[in-house]
Amino acid sequence: MKSTILKTASNYLLPILLLFSIFILLRGHYYPGGGFVGGLIAAIAFVLHSFTHNTDATLKLLRIHPSSLIPMGLALAALSMFAPMFVGMPVMTGLWFDEPFPVIGMIGSALFFDLGVYLVVIGVVLTILFTISQYSE
Amino acid sequence: MLIAVLAGLIVSILYIPFGKYLRGRLAILVALLPITLFAYFISFIPAIQDGRHVHSHHPWVPSLGINFDFHLDGLSLLFSLLITGVGSLVFLYAAPYLKGHRYLDRFYGYLSLFMAAMLGVVLADNVLLLFIFWELTSISSFFLIGFNNGNGASRKSSLIALGVTGGGGFLLMAGLILMGHLSGSYSIQEMLGSNEFLKSHTLYGLILILVFAGAFTKSAQFPFHFWLPGAMKAPTPVSAYLHSATMVKAGIYLLARLQPVLGGTDYWMYPLVVIGGITMLYSAFHSIFRTDLKSILAYSTIAALGMLVFLIGIGTAESLLAASVFILVHALYKASLFLTAGVIDHETGTRDVTQLSGLRKVLMPLSVAGILAALSSAGLPLTFGFIGKDLIYEATLQTTGFWMIALTTLALLTNGLLLCAGFMAGIKPFTGNLPDSFAQVHLPNGLMWGAPLLLAILGIILGCAPWLVDDALLNPAAYVMHQSAIDSPLKIWHGFNLVLLLSGVTLALGTLLYIVRKPSAASLASIERYNNLAPKHIIGSLARYARKISIRYTRTLHNGYLRVYLLRIIIFAILLLAFRLFTGGPIKLTFDTLSPISIYEVVVVGILIAAIYITVTAPSRLTAVVATSVIGYCICLLFVFYSAPDLAMTQFTIDTLTVVLFVLVLFRLPPFLNFANRGVRIRDGIVASAFGLVIALVAIQVLNQPVDGTVSKFYGDNAYLLAKGKNVVNVILVDFRGLDTMFEIVVLSIAAVGVVSLLKLRLKASEKE
Repeated sequence: MKSTILKTASNYLLPILLLFSIFILLRGHYYPGGGFVGGLIAAIAFVLHSFTHNTDATLKLLRIHPSSLIPMGLALAALSMFAPMFVGMPVMTGLWFDEPFPVIGMIGSALFFDLGVYLVVIGVVLTILFTISQYSE
Repeated sequence: MLIAVLAGLIVSILYIPFGKYLRGRLAILVALLPITLFAYFISFIPAIQDGRHVHSHHPWVPSLGINFDFHLDGLSLLFSLLITGVGSLVFLYAAPYLKGHRYLDRFYGYLSLFMAAMLGVVLADNVLLLFIFWELTSISSFFLIGFNNGNGASRKSSLIALGVTGGGGFLLMAGLILMGHLSGSYSIQEMLGSNEFLKSHTLYGLILILVFAGAFTKSAQFPFHFWLPGAMKAPTPVSAYLHSATMVKAGIYLLARLQPVLGGTDYWMYPLVVIGGITMLYSAFHSIFRTDLKSILAYSTIAALGMLVFLIGIGTAESLLAASVFILVHALYKASLFLTAGVIDHETGTRDVTQLSGLRKVLMPLSVAGILAALSSAGLPLTFGFIGKDLIYEATLQTTGFWMIALTTLALLTNGLLLCAGFMAGIKPFTGNLPDSFAQVHLPNGLMWGAPLLLAILGIILGCAPWLVDDALLNPAAYVMHQSAIDSPLKIWHGFNLVLLLSGVTLALGTLLYIVRKPSAASLASIERYNNLAPKHIIGSLARYARKISIRYTRTLHNGYLRVYLLRIIIFAILLLAFRLFTGGPIKLTFDTLSPISIYEVVVVGILIAAIYITVTAPSRLTAVVATSVIGYCICLLFVFYSAPDLAMTQFTIDTLTVVLFVLVLFRLPPFLNFANRGVRIRDGIVASAFGLVIALVAIQVLNQPVDGTVSKFYGDNAYLLAKGKNVVNVILVDFRGLDTMFEIVVLSIAAVGVVSLLKLRLKASEKE
């Protein structure tokens, strides 16, 4: 797309949207949001970038292919799911640190699970869209 | 015992990484496994002889009644020794036979897997465990028959074998579950206690049909016998091991094992005697028309299996002892004949008995093996086959009246024909003049002729000294089937009596037949004219018709047009919902419980309707897509009004991405073509409106139902207490129902993989063009 305004804007929008997606991810436990929506927003950020530049440029920016985010996310979610087993508790028991962390707040296994969802969603959406867009180019 | 059974499975996995080191001379090492197991099972003989049983129990899925319960008694021991003993020789034999084969490691992997599965079948006390191993033998047999996977006929035979045995296994599973369910235990030993209850139950007939279906398909009984001759496409060591000595006897084992549980009634006896009788005569008759060595042996194996079913069906002490003796007799001589045939094939390159002759001059030790095995199969005095045949006649003579004459004649004819077949396979290739073309044939590696020779000699040793295995092995095995002691020691010589006369007649009949009958391609052709009536042909055509019908209805239902699929799905949903709605009681439309309509909602709904109008009338795809997304955003707004912010956020982002996706896909498509004429549009409009109406009615009806708030109250109350979250929706997603989320992201990943692979596939095809 040959719109200089959009192109320039998307350069600034990408980090802001990504930051926003992380914000949505983190606040999910107390307010509307969560890994799924966060992942979708992050994916939209990259899609916007790929529209104004092109898919190859976005892939270069990402450094790793989005498809590799899928196994990473799945592994993280599965790990946080099975982690309680190693300390002798049933699968999917919520484990929490006692003290809140600065900025992020309370951290528990649910957060890592949500992070896994976040990564999988980004990976899936970008893989599908980029494959299709490369196919149609 | 668990380790003994699982050893084969573990070793077969080890072949994957380490198999490549086994090429060359190290190949002999693979035989260590069966030899060790053979020694291990030999060590149980004294215990079994004393009448003790060995039981081992390891829980697996106790809640479903599936446990690693193994039980070693006389019957299991007989089979275990056959499996590991013949297995050892076959492992040794296969090393030179398949020397240098690309997939030698794979072959041994399958063979080890098979051996473990077969040991599992004969040792399992839990019927469900037995079934699992039973299916594993079918699967490993499938891979071994199709081992030469470059050959189309091999692949087809392996599929037929898998189809027949797998189908039977499926029915067997139903039968075993039914038995376990009725008797209240899945342990065979415990079922023994409830045998009277099972036999008098109204479902007894059904159990028998299902169990017979499993046993008959596995043991190649008429009319399911046809997969076995096809299975001869496997390398010869496999034919010797799976398709004559062990796997096909799994069905026999099952019948023998269940004889004390289900046997002893007319419903048990007559089908077994009749089917076994038909099978043995039919395939013994067929065997003498074959010209392919392995084919002759395959049909005579089916006949022997029929004989075993027949003997178990008679069910007297003598017949059960005869069955257990014949299992061993047959395994020894048939494996030996198969291995001999394998060497002949390997060295001369042909298995056609019309061409083979005079090989004794070049393959001396092998001819000894072949001839001794043939004599044992013929049942000459001082061979183990003689004792087996004597017992068979004793068993048939025990019955009374018409049955005695019928069964004895049947056994006589079968034995005569089998004798002829045995001579054709074991003696014919070695006698006569050596054709010039075979003058260069030389003796192969010692392992290859040593294995059949050892088996054949064993047949003679046991024939001269049957007490070696009588009390140790065969009597305990028969005891398991009969559940009481059988006092009838095996004797080399019974004196001059009717049995001896019958043996003599058999010998004379068979030998005469062998001299008179010259196997030829012409006689084979003459019998193949009747192939149209053979079960193989009939079942094959049934399968073809089933395929045709399924292709036809698939073409009607799945014609490839997405719009047709959607239309069908929606119409079906409308009918289903409408039916439930109108039969489920009066429809009450009460609007007082609904919240009042606000001005925002009116505006949003107005935009919604306008967007729908634009979508339907849009002249281009892109316009339609954008208008659709407006509909999506309007719905998001409605979610916001009704305090579902999480849903609205997700829906909003999803809608955005959907538009992007649509644009990407549609952008490249050719210009918009209007496929729909006026009639189609009106039809679609009616269907869509009807669907909307039905959904609206359902929604209003649902609101009239009293709401059970316990679930939402639980989540509301406990979200913070148990999961430390204030957003209940998110807590449900990542904590309470986290497992669902986990599987959802797995499904998402699969979808991504699917899309990518579909598109990549297309890319490659276009690159080719």
